Amino acid sequence: MSHHIVEVADLCYAYPDGTAALNGVNFCIHHGESVAIVGANGAGKSTLLLHLNGYLTPMQGRVRIGDYPLTKETLQDARRSVGMVFQDPDDQLFMPTVYDDVAFGPLNLGLPLDEVDLRVEAALSQVGALHLKDRPPYHLSGGEKRAVAIASVLSMSPDILVMDEPTTGLDPRGRRMLIEQLHSFQHTKIIATHDLDLVLDLCERTIVIREGRVTADGPTLDIFRDEAFLAESHLEKPLRLQACPICSRKG
Amino acid sequence: MARIDSTIFDLGSLDALAYRRSGIHALDPRTKVVTTALFVLTVVSFDKYTLSALLPFVLFPLALFVRAELPVGQILKKLLLALPFVFFIGIFNPWFDQRPLLEFGPLTITGGWVSFASILLRSVLTVTAALTLIATTSFTGICMALEKLGCPRVFALQLMFLYRYLFVLVEEATRLIRARALRSFHGRGHSLRVFGSLLGQLLLRSLERAQRIHLAMQCRGFDGEIRMRRPLGIHLRDVVFLLGWSGWFAVCRTWNLPQLLGTLFLELFA
Repeated sequence: MSHHIVEVADLCYAYPDGTAALNGVNFCIHHGESVAIVGANGAGKSTLLLHLNGYLTPMQGRVRIGDYPLTKETLQDARRSVGMVFQDPDDQLFMPTVYDDVAFGPLNLGLPLDEVDLRVEAALSQVGALHLKDRPPYHLSGGEKRAVAIASVLSMSPDILVMDEPTTGLDPRGRRMLIEQLHSFQHTKIIATHDLDLVLDLCERTIVIREGRVTADGPTLDIFRDEAFLAESHLEKPLRLQACPICSRKG
Repeated sequence: MARIDSTIFDLGSLDALAYRRSGIHALDPRTKVVTTALFVLTVVSFDKYTLSALLPFVLFPLALFVRAELPVGQILKKLLLALPFVFFIGIFNPWFDQRPLLEFGPLTITGGWVSFASILLRSVLTVTAALTLIATTSFTGICMALEKLGCPRVFALQLMFLYRYLFVLVEEATRLIRARALRSFHGRGHSLRVFGSLLGQLLLRSLERAQRIHLAMQCRGFDGEIRMRRPLGIHLRDVVFLLGWSGWFAVCRTWNLPQLLGTLFLELFA
């Protein structure tokens, strides 16, 4: 299948102050894949994500979303098929009520009002937040905010979900619920995170970024077994792959 | 800081009242905005010594209170917050304006005191009307009404975002101030210089946040217009409400009803 593809080729980007953030990133993500993007702080993960929705334009190289290269002309289509969930839900929930927020995208797409209603209800029930419909977003808990932020993207029925640190600020149970929800989504998923246990649960493929370059791209388990490489990239084995501190002390 | 904090969060409770249902809540936001604006304009258009002619205007907020079943105590508390400002605006009048205006036997009341009382009365009327407007329409409803009434869209949007992010901003400021308080000992660290950089921090953070919000909006197809699904429509009840109340304001503005009533009583019993 050629559609729902994300292809990044030789992508370079430097911030206006001269800091080079990306130095030739290459990868290709296919329909239905679930891919983690991991790396140290400042490795260039967020900069990369900002290219996937056309917020930053590459200085060199190109980005393809679906069947089109990402240019000014195709920007609207790309943003429609790439649903971006931000790290801080407060940045994403800017409307006065949860309903308005989830309806924001569909209304901007110019959908008929009945359809908007249907989509909002469907998106909210998918994340189990239908009961929050009429609440103002600033009164919600962290987990509820995250759920609504995801619903606000789902309501546009994107093909690709891009998430920046989806588990920050969630309590363990909220985190577990989020992982289960994400597991049930059929979308192509790209998740930038430090939560390697989440990666183990959700992503069969992992891309490691270091100093603006892809240093590894392959099956998650293979990458996580290479301890020397992980340490080099400022990462460590997911806790579940590490020896249990209590059992190993006994042994 | 805690006080500002709780005051702001209280603002949310006022807005929460707007999600109730009543005949007043069901009116189109535009009707309520226009009527309230007319009310405020009429009240402030009186001469500075006016007192008695203002009294019939109490009927408007009072009627809304009753019809919308608003909790009186909660609104009055908000009113008290605004009163100190008004008090200091008017308190110098009695010194500047010593002209005797009324005499009750030995007691002489100067023009200054009368105009001071008039200022207080007017502010109670107008602030109550504004609070009632928010409590029955919601802040968003007002912003939408303003836009529909021809107010520049940018302005309406700004107001809406201001309201949404006020809470986030206050939280951020509280965190900054708490961080300073925890590390300043014996009053050191409370200098103007530190405060300046604190404010600068807040500004920078807000700018960054604004950028992220704009990005989030663009990602969801924002093109300069905020679309919201709200039933808006002028019905008969809106026309009746607007015409009825503006008629009442016009009558009260033209004739001094309490005075007329007083004269009538005097004539009847004299």
